[in-house]
Amino acid sequence: MTKDENPARPAGHDDDRRGTPVGRRVVLGMLAAGAAGVAAAPYLQRAYDETLGAAAQNDPTGLSGLLPAGGGFRYYSVTGSVPDKDEHSYRLTVDGLVRHRASYRLADLRALPQTRLVRDVQCVTGWRVPHTAFEGVRLATLLDAAGVRPEAKAVRFTCFDGAYSESLTLEQARRHDVLIALRMQDRPLGHDHGGPVRLYVAPMYFYKSAKWLSGITVTDHVQPGYWEQLGYDVDAWVGRSNGRDDVPTT
Amino acid sequence: MSPRPETAAGPAQGRPRVKRFARAEHRVHRATAALMAVCVATAACLYLPFLAQLVGRRALMVTLHEWSGILLPVPLLLGLASRALRADLTRLNRFGPHDRRWLRSVLRRRGGRPAGKFNAGQKLYAAWLAGAVLVMTGTGLLMWFTHLAPLVWRTGATFVHDWLALSLLIVIGGHIWMAYRDPESRAGLRTGSVDAAWARREHPLWTPEDGKGGRGEEE
Repeated sequence: MTKDENPARPAGHDDDRRGTPVGRRVVLGMLAAGAAGVAAAPYLQRAYDETLGAAAQNDPTGLSGLLPAGGGFRYYSVTGSVPDKDEHSYRLTVDGLVRHRASYRLADLRALPQTRLVRDVQCVTGWRVPHTAFEGVRLATLLDAAGVRPEAKAVRFTCFDGAYSESLTLEQARRHDVLIALRMQDRPLGHDHGGPVRLYVAPMYFYKSAKWLSGITVTDHVQPGYWEQLGYDVDAWVGRSNGRDDVPTT
Repeated sequence: MSPRPETAAGPAQGRPRVKRFARAEHRVHRATAALMAVCVATAACLYLPFLAQLVGRRALMVTLHEWSGILLPVPLLLGLASRALRADLTRLNRFGPHDRRWLRSVLRRRGGRPAGKFNAGQKLYAAWLAGAVLVMTGTGLLMWFTHLAPLVWRTGATFVHDWLALSLLIVIGGHIWMAYRDPESRAGLRTGSVDAAWARREHPLWTPEDGKGGRGEEE
């Protein structure tokens, strides 16, 4: 930083403070490399996806999952621990502006007509998992069974982790690609993936697909959910929200 | 933090010690290390699936990560008030012919390793880390304040932030490993002084400012 050639000093004293400013060059080089990396990222990412990233899809050790963008799902929870719910303890309630409140057990949900959808999953943090099968009851089926009142405008979802919530407009909630999912990848939905029951909103970023779903409340206005109160978009269409331009999932 | 090394070089034996670091440098290092530890730990909780499952609390982890990251350069900036720290920054910046010899003998695994107060490896580490922290701060800010820049920048920032984080983990791991293997070097930062014989052996070209040793200048 300061380079003073001090002739008053005895010769040979602190040669240490003279010489080529390699340190400064390294710092500036890192900044340049960082900027270049940001600019070249789309190309580098594509090259990576096509080589190592593709190999990571078939990695039996799972270690490549620790590499950046290593593929597959990531576990995100907003609370410290989430209770396990099973056949006996699980309930899904439907209430709010409806004519008939309801409480479903897992068996009740399985007895209803099931829909299977295979779409890409896109997280708002960037990862995408291709061709993921979700299977469950259409949300519209539950809403119709409950008898939505005319003044209703929206649906709010609550979760048994005790903190997470989500919302959809009534129109969005009635879409055919919005499911109360019981199965993922043709297996019962595991706890880490939000089981036994999660919401699945195929055309939106995955934070809309609330895990550990326990309550459906029909409301007269949209109440922003957990991440939406922290700045995420309420209408979270993939590729048309949150300032992102991912390829739509539907 | 770590127990005092059981070497014959302890000050109790009365062997001569030389002053290496000022109190300000000790504090800057402590504060930076603590912030870096929080930053790395929260990053792991956000990123590694098994830790994410164990810890959860995503919003809290994000807040801790953002603030420990943005504060990371602050201790060093405050430390610039110390003349001793500024002098050491100059030493870290400047490479002489002996530094080239040091690097060559490390790469070839033979020959002498002449070094001043800091050897060439320490100089490169310091500069690389400073640059890396600045890049992480810049890319982190782009990801934090999403309306600062267009989307392609943010995607690029995420890419650089992820891969540089992996490199940082490896490099900082190496830094800790080197420190673990050299108790006298740790004592230097902790107490401010080192064994004079150690200094002559490891840093032969370094002329300490006084032979008395001790806790360093008052700032």
